Amino acid sequence: MLRLASNFVPSRAVAEEVVQDTWLGVLRGIDRFEGRSSLRTWLLAILVNRARTTGVREARSIAVGDAAPAVDRARFDASGAWSSPPEQWVEDAEERLGAAALAAHIHDALEQMPARQRAVVTLRDVDGLDSDEVCAVLSLSQANQRVLLHRGRSQLRRALEAVLAGGSGG
Amino acid sequence: MMLLRRRAIACQEVVELVSDYLEGALTAGERRRFERHLAGCPHCTEYLAQMRETIALTGRLVPEDFSPQMRAEFAELFRRWRDEAVEPL
Repeated sequence: MLRLASNFVPSRAVAEEVVQDTWLGVLRGIDRFEGRSSLRTWLLAILVNRARTTGVREARSIAVGDAAPAVDRARFDASGAWSSPPEQWVEDAEERLGAAALAAHIHDALEQMPARQRAVVTLRDVDGLDSDEVCAVLSLSQANQRVLLHRGRSQLRRALEAVLAGGSGG
Repeated sequence: MMLLRRRAIACQEVVELVSDYLEGALTAGERRRFERHLAGCPHCTEYLAQMRETIALTGRLVPEDFSPQMRAEFAELFRRWRDEAVEPL
């Protein structure tokens, strides 16, 4: 990519900037590149390939019943009310752990997910695709896309809670 | 608590409905019950805030956060795509 960019700009430093801007731009907001069809094509090609390499197409049916709950059942009482409610960490998550550590924890949690779940969460929440695009790229129904998104996001929240609850940040 | 509302939802259900809520996939009735529960439940309000924060933090991942292998794959894909795109010229 750097070499390609170098063909069009005067210096290596500028080329590096171009590559970085491209990554950020593409991954942040596909809509901003609307009209630059080649870039959109490129992104979709990457997405489809990523989907293939994570094995999404091999097993499309999703077992809805056997999923772990979003939150451990032991944290609710018999009536379904919180017995061990969530601690507050939203306000100071970044001050306590730092952006880089938070990103690392999220990344680790993503890597531990089943492939389809990871693909949905990554495409939606990292790459910023909407649900229609994700369904198209991964050949999923809207309902299954939501199930996978729910499981994945719930798992990420649990991962953050594991390092942020308790006040020690440990 | 004195009056039984029609099928009030429990916290344990809220945490399973939260994604459908954020996706706008609840029916109007479900959405009303969900929001009514939130209005009276600080714990579930906190839970919803944590889900929103989780999504926001995930959205800040940039390619540098991905493994060298994944970046290499992207670079390779780009090269292949570029070569295909350039060929006709």
